[in-house]
Amino acid sequence: MSNTFEPEIVAFCCHYCAYTAADMAGSKRLSYPPNVKIIRVPCTGKVDAIHIMKAFQKGADGVYVAGCLEGDCHFKNGNLRAARRVQRVQALLDEIGIDSRRVEMITMSAGMGERFAKTAREFTEKIRELGPGPVKAAERDFGLSAAG
Amino acid sequence: MITAVRKPMEEIIACVSPYDRILLAGCNECVSVCSVGGRKEVSLLSSALQMHFLKQGKTLEIQEVTLERQCDPEYVEELVNSVDSADAVLSMACGCGVQTVAARFREKPVFPAVNTAFMGASERQGVWSERCQGCGDCVLGITGGICPIARCSKRLMNGPCGGSTKGKCEIDTDIDCAWQLIWDRLKALGLENRIEEIMEAKDWRTSRDGGPRKIVREDLAS
Amino acid sequence: MKTESRLEKVLASGALAVTSECGPPRGARPEKIKEKAELLRNCVDAINVTDNQTAMVRMSSWAACIIIKQMDLDPVFQMVTRDRNRLAMQADIIGAYSHGINTMLCISGDHPHFGDHPMAANVYDLDSVQLLQTAVKMREQGVFQGGKDIDNPPKMFVGAAANPFADPFELRVLRLAKKVRAGADFIQTQCIYNPDKFEQWMEGVRGKGLHEKVYILAGITPMKSAGMARYMKNRVPGMDVPDEVVKRMESVPKEKQPEEGIKIAVESIDRLKEVKGVSGFHIMAIEWEEKVSEIVERSGLMPRPEV
Repeated sequence: MSNTFEPEIVAFCCHYCAYTAADMAGSKRLSYPPNVKIIRVPCTGKVDAIHIMKAFQKGADGVYVAGCLEGDCHFKNGNLRAARRVQRVQALLDEIGIDSRRVEMITMSAGMGERFAKTAREFTEKIRELGPGPVKAAERDFGLSAAG
Repeated sequence: MITAVRKPMEEIIACVSPYDRILLAGCNECVSVCSVGGRKEVSLLSSALQMHFLKQGKTLEIQEVTLERQCDPEYVEELVNSVDSADAVLSMACGCGVQTVAARFREKPVFPAVNTAFMGASERQGVWSERCQGCGDCVLGITGGICPIARCSKRLMNGPCGGSTKGKCEIDTDIDCAWQLIWDRLKALGLENRIEEIMEAKDWRTSRDGGPRKIVREDLAS
Repeated sequence: MKTESRLEKVLASGALAVTSECGPPRGARPEKIKEKAELLRNCVDAINVTDNQTAMVRMSSWAACIIIKQMDLDPVFQMVTRDRNRLAMQADIIGAYSHGINTMLCISGDHPHFGDHPMAANVYDLDSVQLLQTAVKMREQGVFQGGKDIDNPPKMFVGAAANPFADPFELRVLRLAKKVRAGADFIQTQCIYNPDKFEQWMEGVRGKGLHEKVYILAGITPMKSAGMARYMKNRVPGMDVPDEVVKRMESVPKEKQPEEGIKIAVESIDRLKEVKGVSGFHIMAIEWEEKVSEIVERSGLMPRPEV
């Protein structure tokens, strides 16, 4: 299975930075893995812990939240709030026996197309090494399908 | 409000692990306001539990219900239908809610998912502090609106003790010395003389020491 | 005389009184308390026996008091309100008095947080002021705190503590006034390393005429080392150790620091003797009881009066 495992990554991207950076990566023809599914959010401050958890429950193997550089949030401090929520989810994952490295907070500016592509590649590789997330692991090990 | 904190997942997991179908009940009152047992936290806990058990090869069925007020039998009644299809109830309400549910469904195991902490007030976003111990005989009118029972570490009625340092309590510099606060407030009110009056030994019967307490309002009771 | 207390008699005679203290052992070792108390024979008028000091379990104060009493010495039964409710405290007052113990000190006690049982419930049914009231009421009115008559009421000479250095300073005289109003017969103060501030406090005390209503014993603790001075300065809540004192201890070589500490103690006593309203000294030589007689001798307070 490890040979055929293709991680599915959900990236919550802020409209004002990471999402634009993804656009820029595209227009610059910088390649990044198709594993990363982007969800555009008006601000990472909008991303709640439950959104990250539901992403895992729906089969994601890794989730990252990509927001503005510190001090650059369009809504003042949404990115800082997001970072704290990501920490909280990491702690919760540790508590339930899921590797907390599967979640990360990343910051970048709208002009960082290169950084967007690099982050997507690196995060995908990291998750590839960690192997399938909780839902896929249950499918593989027990033939169970996702609960919801 | 009544404040609470979530129990460690390990403890919650141990409670629910014998069961396949859980009714996870939140409460829209205090625990919702202090972000520990409202609708949001119910769905987060549900998600975490399901993923944990999925990893172990078990599908845990969870019904999520958040009641308007779990300490009120009228609202707990709303669980009547869902409780039948659950092996156990996991409550995210304070201890009052947990007990109301347990009293209503006598043959259903009920577990608390939170540790009820104290009666407190919100200091700022995400920070709550103890303010009242429910002693049943409020002294705030004579102590300048600051409670020595809830806020002095030694609940001294004639403080401050010799450990008050720069306005802080000797046991923790994060804790304000209640008697410093009282003194500052009495000064602001021009009531300095009051500090010299001895507060007599308290009658703790109105507090928990007099046994479990009950309020009966004849005009309302049916 | 209100009581049979030797301390009361010495104070009433107008002589400067001297008290010291013994911490009971952390185990069933009666010989330890005897050794410590023996070191204080003939150089003090009464010996305070601490009650689970720093919130660590020790032999109970009243039990150690009985041992000292049996040695024909005079214990001061310390009682903290942290560990027992009003039933237990009044019972212990009667019990101690039945064994001939006639002097006590009412304090709230360190919070359990500081000790070796931080998980313990802290009782604080009464605070120190209310315990004072209770002990005085037992003696003067012959009734329990709850109001019922006592069959042969215990007659305790009742003391309280005062810390002239804790915050807020402006409350420190008022709090003493409160303890005097509650009926305190004598006061033992926190250790004094800042005599200027102490004198400022005493000025306030005299301003309210409190020195005429209560005997004030100035607290003295000799320092063994510069390390102890730094510890007292930085780590002990409500303690005022000026930089000069720490520097003075640091200025002499380590082996001479104990002597320097004793010198400072003797100098403090000499200075404070002259302060109007000071009725004596409470020398708390922590685990250093063997030095008390030397300090008392060098301060010119020997021999102790016969009363």
